[in-house]
Amino acid sequence: MKRNIDKFREKSFSQQVLQKIDELQSGKEIKIMHVCGTHEVTIAKWGLREILPKNIKLICGPGCPVCVTSAQEIDSAVKLSLTNNNILTTFGDILRVPGTSISLAEAASQGANIKVIYCIDEAVSLAKKNPKKQVIHFAIGFETTAPTTAVEILNNSNLDNFSIIPSHRLIPSAMAGLLKSGQCQIDGFICPGHVSTIIGSQPYEFLARDFSRALVIGGFEPNDILLSILMILRQLRKKKTSVEIEYTRLVKPAGNPLAIKKMWQVFEPCHIGWRGIGIIPHSGLKLRLKFKKFDAIKKFNLKIKRAFDVRPGCKCGEIMKGLAEPKDCPYFKKQCKPEFPLGACIVSIEGPCFVAYKYGSI
Amino acid sequence: MCLAIPGKVKKKRKEDAWIDFGGGVVKKVKISLTPQVKRGDYVVVHAGYVIQKMEKEEARETIELFNNLKLNEKKYR
Amino acid sequence: MVQFNSKSLFIPPLSVNQANKKPELISISHGSGGGMMENLIEQVIVESLSLKKSKGGRGVDKLEDAGIIDLGDIQLALTTDGCTVDPPFYPGGDIGELSVGATINDLAMTGAEPLAITLSYVIEEGTPVEFVRQVSKSVGRISKQTGVPVIAGDTKVMEKGKIDKIAINTAGVGIVRQLILDYGARPGDLILVSGTMGDHGLALLAKRFGFKTKLKSDTYPLWGMVKNLLKIGGIQAMKDPTRGGFAANINELARKSEVCFYVDESKIPLKKEARALGEVLGIDPLQTASEGKIIMAVSPDKARKILAAMRRHPYGREAAIIGRVKKSPKQRVVLETSVGGKRILEAPIGELYPRIC
Repeated sequence: MKRNIDKFREKSFSQQVLQKIDELQSGKEIKIMHVCGTHEVTIAKWGLREILPKNIKLICGPGCPVCVTSAQEIDSAVKLSLTNNNILTTFGDILRVPGTSISLAEAASQGANIKVIYCIDEAVSLAKKNPKKQVIHFAIGFETTAPTTAVEILNNSNLDNFSIIPSHRLIPSAMAGLLKSGQCQIDGFICPGHVSTIIGSQPYEFLARDFSRALVIGGFEPNDILLSILMILRQLRKKKTSVEIEYTRLVKPAGNPLAIKKMWQVFEPCHIGWRGIGIIPHSGLKLRLKFKKFDAIKKFNLKIKRAFDVRPGCKCGEIMKGLAEPKDCPYFKKQCKPEFPLGACIVSIEGPCFVAYKYGSI
Repeated sequence: MCLAIPGKVKKKRKEDAWIDFGGGVVKKVKISLTPQVKRGDYVVVHAGYVIQKMEKEEARETIELFNNLKLNEKKYR
Repeated sequence: MVQFNSKSLFIPPLSVNQANKKPELISISHGSGGGMMENLIEQVIVESLSLKKSKGGRGVDKLEDAGIIDLGDIQLALTTDGCTVDPPFYPGGDIGELSVGATINDLAMTGAEPLAITLSYVIEEGTPVEFVRQVSKSVGRISKQTGVPVIAGDTKVMEKGKIDKIAINTAGVGIVRQLILDYGARPGDLILVSGTMGDHGLALLAKRFGFKTKLKSDTYPLWGMVKNLLKIGGIQAMKDPTRGGFAANINELARKSEVCFYVDESKIPLKKEARALGEVLGIDPLQTASEGKIIMAVSPDKARKILAAMRRHPYGREAAIIGRVKKSPKQRVVLETSVGGKRILEAPIGELYPRIC
């Protein structure tokens, strides 16, 4: 299959865009937040912060689903995985994130039955192949992943030995929560490219309209990010904020209507805690009453009383809100390292602390 | 977040499709969210599902976008 | 206005000391060649040994590919490897050739000509005898190809379920032709690789997660090529990037030599199949194992000759010069990206899985 991806990494194109960025900005500090771990990886991997004008600040927001899944949910997954007769399926991304005390990887060392999967249909197949076992899938992820969970529930409504730990979250609500808190001074957002593939541009419009923020849905190559920044600056300069799509090769204004429909057939919004940040209203997904039998927390009557999200002094929460950088955390690179994580942000491959650690600029 | 990879539909069945990701990488994925895709379409795959059909001329689209931004140097100085 | 209610749901957490008081267990990541494995080896295993080397030689505390025994006129290199690769038969190789190749390569990386190897099997009850025969035939094939005899062995059987099919241990002894240590890189040396990175690790991950690919493992025994290179001279340090891949092993060279390995990322050879698989799985080919490749630091005056000699050999056709050793930042690996940015390349931490996030 022929792909033109190299064009999006072409240095000459970057130079053109950078020149325009330079011409457009006035020297005033502009804070642009992205809400996508993969965007942070692109930015760090290609050293984009180093080549942008110094007054343009690219801030990392809570766009890493692994980082924002609460310790309570991880503790639930650990508990269920250690129970005889259960098989817990999970994406590999969250395996080493510590809950209150241990991670799923450590639970595996203690004998927990955990299977790393790539697609939720593997969990369903596992349940069908093992009718005497209970298969529980740890359903993390944003709106990109939630429809895949929904589809499997809809297509397997009679499957009695399959359930999920519902941990999906909604990005536009999180963005609104950050703005409403008044804690974060953000001029514009680079919106997540793949979440937007599903939800389209409409769910962000209220942020442009009611909060006057510039919004651009950006792709994942370095030139996508640079172009998105240019488009944000243009909106701010014209004082006319809206939701624009830079990632036109994939994102349509209507998104994927079928995926959206399936997601809302199975789930409805709820309040949910974002690790280190707090409860953000309407930012989570819970199973509708009709599908409650798939809720593993209710099915197994799980009551996790106390869950400890962050260590004292740990800055994961502030980092996720864009109020601090990994280097501001007293544990970063000292007691907290990827091999000995104290918080979630350094475990996830897309966590801001891990990215800073791995791609740390010199 | 949300790693999603572009590929081309090589073969299609009712619930599944075989996607060629380039470099000889092929995988069977589910098309429950995009049943309308056809053989030869360019698509994007996340967690084993096709989530969207992609425009064929990917590079051209974005470069046209840049050219169409109508950035007037004099106006913004 | 909506308030964050960050106080109620998230109760003040445990103190750090309390939270860290948990019994340490070996996890799968301890075997992955990354930071966790290094810590286990240094702080638990080697730490517990009192006799770490023989008189005049170099021992396990140096964490080199082989230990050195000094006999006055000659030096012997001695090494050992455990092999538990799953699946045991994979595209491009199998556990038999991998185990023997690993030991031959460890000796080669030290500049030692392999003289003989030993072969020890631990087999699971219920394994087909034909399986053991096929594995042994692979061992035999590599032994013949390289001229390295198997001169001793051992066989054990464990009850079904107590081990997964087979684990192979090989030990090898070689005679040092030109001692090459991980510690030898100096500022000014050029950094070379013998070919594409990450093929083995990615090929195996693809198989495990159901991705069809043309990518095969690069399980090759390297002494034949290394022998030619030693005749040219100029190799200051060298390593084969197995567990932990390019990232882990080049970091080890930088750390031990106390220099900076400065690499142009665009010059690191990667097969287009590996690049594609890496993107699809969300795994960096620089972090996955190669089983028949070399990273080396070479004196600038010999680099072109070494490069040409590698390219003449079937296992070095895609060899390349990828960077230069500098004084600082000490013990780091710096990558220059193709859009002009720079980043530090860190060793991977533990086991790699495909990402969805």
